Amino acid sequence: MADEVVLLDTWFSMFGMRVRIALAEKGIKYEYKEEDLLNKSPLLLQMNPIYKCIPVLIHNGKPICESLIIVKYIDEVWKDKAPLLLPFDPYQRAQARFWADFIDQKVYDVGRTIWTSKGDEQEAAKKDFIEILKKLEEALGNNAYFGGDAFGFVDVALIPFYSWFYTYETFGNFKIERECPKLIAWAKRCIKRESVSKSLPDEKKVYESALVYKKIFGLD
Amino acid sequence: MADEVVLLSSWFSPFGMRVQIALAEKGINYEFKEEDLRNKSPLLLQTNPIHKKVPVLIHNGKIICESLIAVEYIDEVWSDKSPLLPSDPYQRAYARFWADFIDAKMYQPGRKTWTTKGDEQEASKKEFLECFKLFEKQLGDKPYFNGDNFGFLDVAFIPLHCWFQVIETFGEFKLEEEFPKYFDWVKRCLQRESVSNTLPDQKKIYALACLRRKQFGLD
Repeated sequence: MADEVVLLDTWFSMFGMRVRIALAEKGIKYEYKEEDLLNKSPLLLQMNPIYKCIPVLIHNGKPICESLIIVKYIDEVWKDKAPLLLPFDPYQRAQARFWADFIDQKVYDVGRTIWTSKGDEQEAAKKDFIEILKKLEEALGNNAYFGGDAFGFVDVALIPFYSWFYTYETFGNFKIERECPKLIAWAKRCIKRESVSKSLPDEKKVYESALVYKKIFGLD
Repeated sequence: MADEVVLLSSWFSPFGMRVQIALAEKGINYEFKEEDLRNKSPLLLQTNPIHKKVPVLIHNGKIICESLIAVEYIDEVWSDKSPLLPSDPYQRAYARFWADFIDAKMYQPGRKTWTTKGDEQEASKKEFLECFKLFEKQLGDKPYFNGDNFGFLDVAFIPLHCWFQVIETFGEFKLEEEFPKYFDWVKRCLQRESVSNTLPDQKKIYALACLRRKQFGLD
């Protein structure tokens, strides 16, 4: 019996992009359902009653929530389909989980502060953001990807934020490449993968939607 | 060659207790190094430079930080004994989701219920109880949160029990009245040596909390 895979998502969500990339890497066909976060569908509220947010993967009717949990799930269910996103070795897996968790704890909130705030708060956020990216650069080292030679879990966790860099840089008036050239080189390497280039939205469209959001919520 | 396992933790850390329980379930011998969190050791700062927190598991020189990551690591390395995560991917996702819920939603409001006063305390208490209710519902008629067998989700949650008396006392409510199933589950977990040998005396935790409250200027 064929798998029925549905993804509830929003086009500009970094968390949704992670799932899109993982599904694409495994070559899994799925139905994409765009959610309006200001008018959430009954399906979303039913499938994720705890957090009421996207992404939600619905596999043969069963919901899985939280983007990194979903990516791990995809990797485990379709473990026979290359590539394996999480490494085979338990220690390497623990390292991958650690850095993905670090990304979740740090990158989103600080990035969001950059484009939604002004003045001192924004300056502090920019400084924090660069420090966070520098730590990630250290973790990357001289490898092509965070996992080493192969694109994997941590790369999936981080690369979606690249589609938001233009937004952060424009509102924050700074250039990430100047401070973190290695990381930008890594991002450009990832973008060459079809799973990534097809999952990430146009960075200028992201910026335009951020502009609209700021107007609606009186943040400018 | 014998494994060398070291755990940097603090006797009262529920996150450290998770790792202790997991190691005990697997029958792994290890060295426990008590950390003074107000005066962190060079070893802690060196092994966890990113977060500078306990617990840190050091296995044959390899460093694993973050309690739930350490528990999964232990489960994978010593996979031949007492499996903690289910084998089914959907059940694994379920266990990970609810373990994450404890850390993301329940822990901070619980902590703020005993470390704050007034409106902030009231709001935290309300949030904590809402989260606790949602989580407790997941037990249903199962003997354990993980299912028929003690596992990952139970390991993730049971250490917080030793702090709940503190939260109840300073939050002025009683969990047992509303959540008898939860207390049955606690009793069931405490019958396991790995849990009863790990969880500290609730009176000691309470004494520590009173000391901390004085230091925060709350009492």
